[in-house]
Amino acid sequence: MTERAPIIVVGGGHNGLVCAAYLARAGRQVLVLEAADRAGGCAATHEFHPGFRVSSIAHLLYGLDAQVAGDLNLTQHGLAYAQQNLRSLALHPAAEALVFDGDSVSGAGLDAADRDAFQEFVAARRRCAAVLASWHAAPPPRLALDGWRDALPVAKLGWAVRRLGRKDMRELLRIATMSVDDWLNEYFTGARIKGALALDAVLGAWAGPRSGGTVFTSLHRAAGGAVYSVPQGGMGSLSAALARAATAAGAEIRCQARVAGFEVKAGRVSGVRLASGETLACSGVVSALDPQQTLLGLLGARHLEAEFARRVQHLRATGTAAKLHLALSCAPEFHGLKTQDLGQRLLIAPDADYVERAFNPAKYGEYSPQPVMEIHLPSVHDAGMAPAGQQVLSAVVQYAPHNLAAGWPAARSRFLETCLETLARHAPGLRASILHAELLTPADIAARAGITGGHWHHGELALDQYLMLRPVPGAAQYQAPIAGLYLCSAGTHPGGGVLGTPGRLAAAQLLAKEAAP
Amino acid sequence: MMTREHYRQAVYPTPFHARTSAANTLNLWHRWKDCTVADAYTDVSMEYTALRNACTVFDLSPMTKHRIDGPDALAFMNRLVTRDVAKIKPGRVGYTVWCDDQGQVIDDGTIFHLDAGVYRLCSQERQLDWLQDSALGFDVRIHEETTEIAALALQGPTSCAALKRMGLTSIETLTPFGMRSFPFAGTQLQVSRTGFTGDLGYELWIEPGHALELWDRLFDAGSAVGIKPMGTLALEMSRVEAGFIQAGVDFLPADRAVRPGRTRSPFELDLAWLVDFSKPNFTGRSALLREQAEGSRYRLLRLDVEGNKVAKDAFVYNSRQKVVGVVTSHVWSPAVKASIALASVEIPWGRPGDELRVDIYYQKELQWNRKMARCRLVAGPFYAPARRKMTPAPEV
Repeated sequence: MTERAPIIVVGGGHNGLVCAAYLARAGRQVLVLEAADRAGGCAATHEFHPGFRVSSIAHLLYGLDAQVAGDLNLTQHGLAYAQQNLRSLALHPAAEALVFDGDSVSGAGLDAADRDAFQEFVAARRRCAAVLASWHAAPPPRLALDGWRDALPVAKLGWAVRRLGRKDMRELLRIATMSVDDWLNEYFTGARIKGALALDAVLGAWAGPRSGGTVFTSLHRAAGGAVYSVPQGGMGSLSAALARAATAAGAEIRCQARVAGFEVKAGRVSGVRLASGETLACSGVVSALDPQQTLLGLLGARHLEAEFARRVQHLRATGTAAKLHLALSCAPEFHGLKTQDLGQRLLIAPDADYVERAFNPAKYGEYSPQPVMEIHLPSVHDAGMAPAGQQVLSAVVQYAPHNLAAGWPAARSRFLETCLETLARHAPGLRASILHAELLTPADIAARAGITGGHWHHGELALDQYLMLRPVPGAAQYQAPIAGLYLCSAGTHPGGGVLGTPGRLAAAQLLAKEAAP
Repeated sequence: MMTREHYRQAVYPTPFHARTSAANTLNLWHRWKDCTVADAYTDVSMEYTALRNACTVFDLSPMTKHRIDGPDALAFMNRLVTRDVAKIKPGRVGYTVWCDDQGQVIDDGTIFHLDAGVYRLCSQERQLDWLQDSALGFDVRIHEETTEIAALALQGPTSCAALKRMGLTSIETLTPFGMRSFPFAGTQLQVSRTGFTGDLGYELWIEPGHALELWDRLFDAGSAVGIKPMGTLALEMSRVEAGFIQAGVDFLPADRAVRPGRTRSPFELDLAWLVDFSKPNFTGRSALLREQAEGSRYRLLRLDVEGNKVAKDAFVYNSRQKVVGVVTSHVWSPAVKASIALASVEIPWGRPGDELRVDIYYQKELQWNRKMARCRLVAGPFYAPARRKMTPAPEV
């Protein structure tokens, strides 16, 4: 028996690793090619200052596909959590932080009506998000209906909505395209509670709270449970566990192997070309890189048909989130934050207008002079992240548009200063304790993780790029319109964040379409 | 070319207007794209007769023309159209269609391989946006050159003789779909053996500044062989006789269609010979492969309609009086002495042996009459004189 060429997974990010693990478990020969020194992509841990380690890009885990975790025995492969069920605390420079803990919110100055409304809000959000969650578990239906095989998923999609009951169904249809600002105003009067919830809706998005469709992004986040956890050793530990699971199943992972392009023979992707010049034959390719990079960069528009190529070109994928890493000589003290809450999820979004104002400059290619932040200090609950007595601060900072008009090289130090000023307003002593600061702009993220536009979700998460429209019609079934090429990145359904679901669903699709050797 | 002042004037004269307007004794005009062109100059029948018995000159200048060059020109052209452009060698011309992703025809036209890797695409419809959309990922330059080239179609049995008399030495050796350049009044006159009449004929391409000089010298040279100007009406007769289809008449350009099912694939226009699945990827390929496997929806028919009435706006019926299609073009053909038509019918109709009829409504002294006319299926062009393919071309 001659051995067939392997299936090549391009990109060892979490979705690539998940896909590789599933394919290998099904008995396929799998080779993962990763450009960096180590697999991980956006779910990685790196040492940014001697002794100081941080989750490189994504820093909190929410919505990890439970089926993936179970199927691949991630716990057995070393995934452990430093923290689970993090509380979210909305900081304020002059007041006690608001504490979001599961279904309840508390804090001095919180309106009693808002406190009660929050329970109602969370319940409504949970019911609507459950519909999305049910959609996220399976591939999206096809747009073309060629028989019952296609009609069934559409029927299921509708059934999930219908099952809500008339009242909630109407509510979901009503709010799905609304702005989160309008939605929050229906529940709350307090500025601070709205600010924090608005931030949840726009993290990682090219949108402000008043942008249409931000209720959807809020629900998308909630579909994963809106429960945050932190792996022991940072997000890199998750990738390490995934890599071990894939390897244990028989997949091979080759690092420092940057893919430069695909080989096409007789209308089929037959191999990949490495940047080193080496060519590897394969029986199929699954790309964990974003759809634009995969289809226009590695494959090339000439192997696609014109209208499809144009749709891919027009995918919205401009990253707005930067990442700030600080090595601190001592634990910072934030206004109104209890010491025991320092290791929780800290938010700088004092009100919805603040968030909207932060977004405004992004529309014109400028960064926010007063950015919003999602902050986490991993070293508080994970001693391995910093030398004893010292701390690491990790923050997602918005808005820092990828296509900055002034160019990031010129603006980088000014934006870092802006970030530090913003932090200093909440933690005045922080500046003096900074040993080292690292800022990853979307341009850095684009270069580091190879993502078009430095967009965390590999393409804006929005209704026009969701379900059978993700990434674009004609490729929503994890299959590119050329034989032998599959997509498994966050740019495919159900989308961004560290879920692993695209990797799982893409593997199933490939196994169904490509006969075993 | 659109200018800042475009709103001041909607319709422009062609570079030959000084001559065409002088010749247009009927003062009959219509608008072709942004230009004024003659429907007829003297008499449609006489112009048609001159075309089939001597030669005629048709002002082709408003035809949409794009120049495509750059390192990826061939790859771009091959991804754009359905046929293998690599087979169109420099100095040759090829007829082709191009499709959208659904394999539906956007337009048909001719590719002129002007020079190694330099192409001119001539088409009925403007295509700049589609060409630019299609250029993503290709290193090509696309330039709309419609107004930068004046063109005449010289067609008919004495067309070669006229060109010889004008001094185009050994033009008779030019093969069909061949192209050659001649020095002319200090510039280059490009001559291609192409046309839309199904007859022996040529198309002449020149800088607009030399247009009138070309017209004058052509008519001087052709006067002894019966040259006449010809308008669009006579051209229409000849192109139906030749069995050629026309965008917007026999098929709806796919980019203009709103309703599903209104467009046609190359297979549905009897143009399967233009679809080459053995060449690299092209737009529409996967849909056309699927269509080839699963079958088409429509079939283009060439109909010889019994009687002498033309099948204008006629429905096509099967033997059980069910409407199965429509006539898209019709004419009384003096050359074959028959009422002929192009029609689009639903599959499976139009198989050899199918009895098809068309309903013809016609007036006699203000009295409307209706007739169900039997149709005979014609396989190739209705009229195809041997001279159109002969090389050397006859110099009668």
